[in-house]
Amino acid sequence: MDMQVAKKKLGLKERYAVMTRGLDWTPSYQKMEDIYPYIAYEGIKIHDWDKWEDPFRLTMDAYWKYQAEKERKLYSVLDAYTQGNGHLNVTDARYLNTVKLFLSGISPLEYVAHRGFAHAGRQFPGPGPRVACLMQSVDEIRHAQTQVHAVSNYNKYYNGMHDFHHAHDRVWFLSVPKSFFDDAITAGPFEFMVSIGFSFEYVLTNLLFVPFVSGAAYNGDMAAMTFGFSAQSDEARHMTLGLEVIKFILEQDPDNVPIVQRWINKWTWRGYRVLTLVAMMMDYMLPKRTMSWKESWEIYFEENGGALFKDLARYGITMPKCAEHIALEKDHLSHQAWSTFYNYAAASNFHTWMPDEDEMDWLASKYPNSFDKHYRPRYEFWREQAAKGNRFYNKTLPMLCQTCQIPMIFTEPGDPTKICYREVDYKGDKYHFCSDHCKEIFEYEPEKYVQAWLPVHQIYQGNCFPEGTDPTVEGFDPLAAVLKYYHLENGRDNLDFEGSEDQKNFAEWRGQATKNI
Amino acid sequence: MSTVFLALQTNEDTRPIIEAILQDNPHAVCDEQPAMVKINAEGKLVVRRETIEELLGRDYDLQELQVNMITMSGNLDQTDDEMILFWKN
Amino acid sequence: MAVAAVTKYEFEPKDKLENFHGNQLLYIGWEDHLLFCAPFAFPFPPTMRFGDIIDNVLPGAFGYHPDFAKIDWSEAYWFKSGKPWTPDFDKSLADNGLKHKDVIRFHTPGLHGIKDSCN
Repeated sequence: MDMQVAKKKLGLKERYAVMTRGLDWTPSYQKMEDIYPYIAYEGIKIHDWDKWEDPFRLTMDAYWKYQAEKERKLYSVLDAYTQGNGHLNVTDARYLNTVKLFLSGISPLEYVAHRGFAHAGRQFPGPGPRVACLMQSVDEIRHAQTQVHAVSNYNKYYNGMHDFHHAHDRVWFLSVPKSFFDDAITAGPFEFMVSIGFSFEYVLTNLLFVPFVSGAAYNGDMAAMTFGFSAQSDEARHMTLGLEVIKFILEQDPDNVPIVQRWINKWTWRGYRVLTLVAMMMDYMLPKRTMSWKESWEIYFEENGGALFKDLARYGITMPKCAEHIALEKDHLSHQAWSTFYNYAAASNFHTWMPDEDEMDWLASKYPNSFDKHYRPRYEFWREQAAKGNRFYNKTLPMLCQTCQIPMIFTEPGDPTKICYREVDYKGDKYHFCSDHCKEIFEYEPEKYVQAWLPVHQIYQGNCFPEGTDPTVEGFDPLAAVLKYYHLENGRDNLDFEGSEDQKNFAEWRGQATKNI
Repeated sequence: MSTVFLALQTNEDTRPIIEAILQDNPHAVCDEQPAMVKINAEGKLVVRRETIEELLGRDYDLQELQVNMITMSGNLDQTDDEMILFWKN
Repeated sequence: MAVAAVTKYEFEPKDKLENFHGNQLLYIGWEDHLLFCAPFAFPFPPTMRFGDIIDNVLPGAFGYHPDFAKIDWSEAYWFKSGKPWTPDFDKSLADNGLKHKDVIRFHTPGLHGIKDSCN
């Protein structure tokens, strides 16, 4: 890049002040509370909106200039990648399942984030946060679009990606990321900013993007690497804003501190539960591994998050107490998640498989305290059975957590042999949870979570079959009907990687690409 | 003291920038990863426009960093001349 | 706590009993057998005999495991909501006191999964 730097008449600070302050007028024939109806009910007190400052001091004119440059770079790489049949250069066709997971699980969230920031920006009476929310809202729709564009090239060749948005709204495990974001955008504007802007973007986003993007780089996926880095360059700004949001709210009024602390506790846990998908991606789905989930948690949460909460201590904010629980789970999370997808491979939009001997050794070396003892025996049994033509497909639906909506797969903190069961009686019904933290979140706002659209219960209520299906006819096959409702083709989009059409096609096409036939 | 960091894409735009940052921050440690460089520093990291301009041989606007940044950690303060990442304790 | 809201915030629970077409939900887990990643959820009529679950439903759900064929049901002991509980196999779910969305688990003495690894 060789950009001409125009001589500026104003310094950065002055320019930012001019472009983001004094843009409002005082309404004379409408009341402020009618114009900004959602600003008071969460209990957050703001006395001076002008104290909000974007430390990058980015103004809209500069924003468009740099975003345009990012887009030019991204799309030239995508074109080159497509023209060079780049999809045949990935390490192994198993890698593509990472892309499927990302497209159906994460990209739709980018779109919801776009809506969320547009909504929050509209509600804030200060022009500083409005400009910041506007930029982030535009960023998020850019991410959704560039991800769809980058992955559309893979969709021409491989299965499971053809109707990702339809899947996102229906497929059982995708209710986990979907309900997470639905929870955030149905909260008030301040909670939204703390949930997504701070807890997700600042505390957890590195765990999503950095391993995914360096995983893509390691595995020869230049398309995902490029959209990942392009999106990530915006994340650095989002993270900075997330931290500024927190500091701004906390500095405005001491009464805000306990409210914000509760939100941080809630959203760190909610976000962490969603990252279960990333944990298994890192440890199982990247044919060439970058680092283990546990290592990445230690660097990006324990080390970096530790520094962050030490910095926030001056406001009276402390590290969320779920961090202790998470520390106990880090040896188990990815293995329990992968086992779940291995169980329910018949109902998923991507393939699963058993790690080979070398991969098991890698897992054992990264997880010396847990892998050989708790997970290797399970995998060896499954592998032996698969070799005998008896691959395990669990066809009975699992019990789910009412809050995070993940099947009840997590074990008691400190005892990896016992499933963790928690329950609450509320207005004559029972509600079940995977952990004390999900239970506490429910107990604080039960009216919100009794509305949860739990995929398993929805199937049993008969709401997940194509229109016109009669589940009472003899020989009714519920799984087949549910797959139709998901727009997934049995035997093609689901089941084991071994023997899949993706595996066969990739081998054949790569052969054609490297030989003269 | 806590560590701040700045991660940049590895490319021809960032090569002189990384060099400038390491020159201005002798306490910083450069961690080269696939396709990215992560610069870690105890307590504080300063990116100076003038040093980048000297190495680049042209005028430079620190906001151009927006294009190649991957992630960062710490409180931020940016002016025309400097971008500073820091922890307060 | 109530949800902070700008107006009245009250909704029907999505999973109330009436939505299950005459069935009620029962969750069943098998201790020490984590090869099944989570407890199972089933819709059963409240009039169903408890023993019919053992005879007709559990084989389809847990039968893949080599331990399943070795279960001596007279030895198995049960928990309901984490507390010891004794079902009467000949009585219905309702007569066993099982309500919508109850969770029960069973422990099978001597059977601790593949190579005693609780899998």
